Amino acid sequence: MSTMAVPEVAVAPVDEGFWTRTRKAGAVLLALGLLGAVLFGTLATDQQARFTLSEDAAGAALEVNGTLGAILFGVVTIAAGAGVLAGLPKRWFTLVLGVGLVAFVLSFLCWQVSAAPAGQNFMPLVNIIRGTFILALPLIFGALAGVLCERSGVVNVAIEGQLLMGAFSGALFGSISGNVWVGLVAAAVGGAFISLLLAVFAIRYLVDQVVMGIVLNLLAVGVTGFLYERLMQTDAQRYNSAPRFSNWEIPLLSDIPVLGPALFRGNIFLYLGLLLVLVIHIALFRTRWGLRTRSVGEHPTAADTLGVRVLGVRYRNVLLAGLVAGIGGASYTLALYSFTKNMIGGKGFIALAALIFGRWSPTGALLAALFFGFADQLATYLGAINSVIPSQFLAMLPYLATILAVAGLVGKVRAPAADGKPYIKG
Amino acid sequence: MEPGEIHALLGENGAGKSTLMNVLYGLYQPDEGEILVDGRPLKLKGPSDAIAAGIGMVHQHFMLVPVFTVTENIMLGAEQVRGGIAGFLDRRRARRGVAEVSERYNLRVDPDAVIEDLPVGVQQRVEIVKALTRDVDLLILDEPTAVLTPQETEELLAVMRSLKAAGKSIVFITHKLGEVKAIADRITVIRRGKTVGTASPDASRDELAALMVGRSVRLTVDKSPATPGKPILEVTGLVVDDDRQVRAVDGVDLTVHAGEVLGVAGVQGNGQTELIEAIMGLRPVLAGSVTLDGQPVKGWSTKKVLRAGVGYVPEDRSVDGLVKEFSVAENLVLDIYDRPPFGTGLALKPDAIAKSAQERIEQFDVRTSSAGAPVGTLSGGNQQKVIVARELSRPLKLLIAAQPTRGVDVGSIEFIHSQVIRERDHGTAVLLVSSELDEVIGLADRIAVMYRGRIIGVVGPDTPREEIGLLMAGITPDAVAGGGATASTPGAVTDGPATPAAEGTGSEDEA
Repeated sequence: MSTMAVPEVAVAPVDEGFWTRTRKAGAVLLALGLLGAVLFGTLATDQQARFTLSEDAAGAALEVNGTLGAILFGVVTIAAGAGVLAGLPKRWFTLVLGVGLVAFVLSFLCWQVSAAPAGQNFMPLVNIIRGTFILALPLIFGALAGVLCERSGVVNVAIEGQLLMGAFSGALFGSISGNVWVGLVAAAVGGAFISLLLAVFAIRYLVDQVVMGIVLNLLAVGVTGFLYERLMQTDAQRYNSAPRFSNWEIPLLSDIPVLGPALFRGNIFLYLGLLLVLVIHIALFRTRWGLRTRSVGEHPTAADTLGVRVLGVRYRNVLLAGLVAGIGGASYTLALYSFTKNMIGGKGFIALAALIFGRWSPTGALLAALFFGFADQLATYLGAINSVIPSQFLAMLPYLATILAVAGLVGKVRAPAADGKPYIKG
Repeated sequence: MEPGEIHALLGENGAGKSTLMNVLYGLYQPDEGEILVDGRPLKLKGPSDAIAAGIGMVHQHFMLVPVFTVTENIMLGAEQVRGGIAGFLDRRRARRGVAEVSERYNLRVDPDAVIEDLPVGVQQRVEIVKALTRDVDLLILDEPTAVLTPQETEELLAVMRSLKAAGKSIVFITHKLGEVKAIADRITVIRRGKTVGTASPDASRDELAALMVGRSVRLTVDKSPATPGKPILEVTGLVVDDDRQVRAVDGVDLTVHAGEVLGVAGVQGNGQTELIEAIMGLRPVLAGSVTLDGQPVKGWSTKKVLRAGVGYVPEDRSVDGLVKEFSVAENLVLDIYDRPPFGTGLALKPDAIAKSAQERIEQFDVRTSSAGAPVGTLSGGNQQKVIVARELSRPLKLLIAAQPTRGVDVGSIEFIHSQVIRERDHGTAVLLVSSELDEVIGLADRIAVMYRGRIIGVVGPDTPREEIGLLMAGITPDAVAGGGATASTPGAVTDGPATPAAEGTGSEDEA
């Protein structure tokens, strides 16, 4: 009886007049460029802005006069904006947009770095890049967990809980056994435990998936908080002193200037995260598993009529998501800190935003996570050089960007069609 | 079923045809009874067992993933893979398989096209190719012609004949008598879940219809010539978008006079839904104007439109027409619950509502256990009668009826049709939208054909079906005179020329 939306009438695309989506983006870029060239150019000082290729002020650096740099990069942004406005070919759009935005950020940095107190007007690129990745890491794992779940049609709001449970059980079992690998496996199992609850209630008992996700987050906070106080705080030596993965230098790659020390002297989680992005991306779009996963997330009835076991696929993917998020949680407790109450602190929700920002694709999610990580790192850096910009303002920007993205202002965002809809046979 | 046979399963809506076939395809489990294939009983746990047994099905609502390509849809569930457990998709081989099958049976599809960009007729072809690549011997087609233009239907029939020639058996589920007579080798008629008879295609339409309904029915509507009065509804240059912000109504001009039925014919999805919703104030009007009895309705709320004397029978009764959990009585006053005698500002008057409901139920022959029964428990036909009863209980200037008899049994269709004509004879202007061409021809005094958001022709009710059919496919009489043979390719708008060879096969068989 339902009227299926059959795209029979492929009428001409919406007539937006002159202000197409592309042109609007161009106009925004143009405005940003003007802001950079004029405002940042005026505020910047005549000091050199140094971007050192190391972890401190020493060594080789890219140098530019502050005022000149701010104006120059601002002009680049203006040019990019004007190009988009004038109607560049479509295939150039993403590239030009990217160049424009990067130039705007550089214009901003020229101002900030040159205006920093004497002796501090340098930016150590290695630190910035490394920090970006470290801050993005839990987001990457979390967003991948989201991709796995939601591509099969189960909304995963429980990423936060999965990360937290992973961090907790990684710390606990790592400490008890004294073995990092045991901790890693336990973390994955911990994340999968939250996933199992999500799967059973969402798939078997058809509980609203968003509500279930929120409840599971609260459950994870409660359970880990309780055990933390009862167990870890009473005997931290025994229960909350997990061994940590050391940093591994990758031969050859670690000798690349800037990128080498920033990325290839990291720990297992960094490598694992990047590898998983690649593997899941290929698997999702190139393999049988991926085709079935996507079909179940888009049109489960169609998949069912072709003999794909819809519920089976969903169970498997939700559990896989838990494993991934659990490992993401361990990237805290088995590499950086010991466990503390509610230590994920909302990163799971930001991962959800990265998932949406990245349009439900693993590589998109990676880029979104890096963007959030960079903004985070920049806020820290600006705090350190006593910038006039309040760091809270910068910390807000990623979420503003997410709202714009989710509102559909940055390209078309389309969730899997059956995302969040339980499948009931017949 | 015999090999190489086309077996039509004929029955009214809700007679149990689709349920039977879903059992046969393993989607539903039978409560009792068994299925025999080649003499052996078959136990189907799911569709994959059915596929393995050589049974394929083209569902009424297509089972295609809209964002996948044709090849991806076809390979799904039976993927050819390389690389061991990694299971990399072998798209090249799959594409070759698609090309091979579409070549062999003359079903032109582009393996790399994305489903949501394809017209319905082509999507159906993809469904058939999908079944054929799985080497089925028995193909079930569930109401395949419901969404097709008459020309696309002709093409489908030709495809069915060529499949038959290749030794495939086909179960053809439908409630359209003409198609059955044109193609079937054997006809089984189902009524209320039981087989009530078999017939040969030589049986007359009246015989088949009587078998289907259980008594003889009139297939035509008795009506006197219309006596049109002044214009009631005037639509000029109307432009409306659909939910996806795609232009759905693109400059429509319409006038409906008092005392006439204007029928809007067209294949579903050509903007009819949006046209009506815009008139009712349910959808923003981007350009153009709508006037009702001389007054512009721009910016009116739906409530105001209704109160101005417009009756509205919506297209999808379960979504827009009724609150299923509410009782029949409550549904009968959904439009005037706040007016005396049914309500006074704050409170409802249950007695008045119940009393009026009782009258309506008798007057409109609604079969329900009681006025207090939830309307969702009624059959489709009776639910529709509740809506008609509600809308015709007010003094009307204009009645808008969208697909008024979709999913309704033949007995109720007759009744609803007679009510529409009665309303017309009272001097109400009627705007009828239906994708059933027979209904439009039977009821309308003038027929407007809608195609791709425009009215491409307004013709009299005695215009030949074929001509209206061509209009529904977007082909105006001048184009036919000029273009001759190309007229047979309505589905090919985005698909290049369709299959002239299929037509050839068809006419040979007929000869």
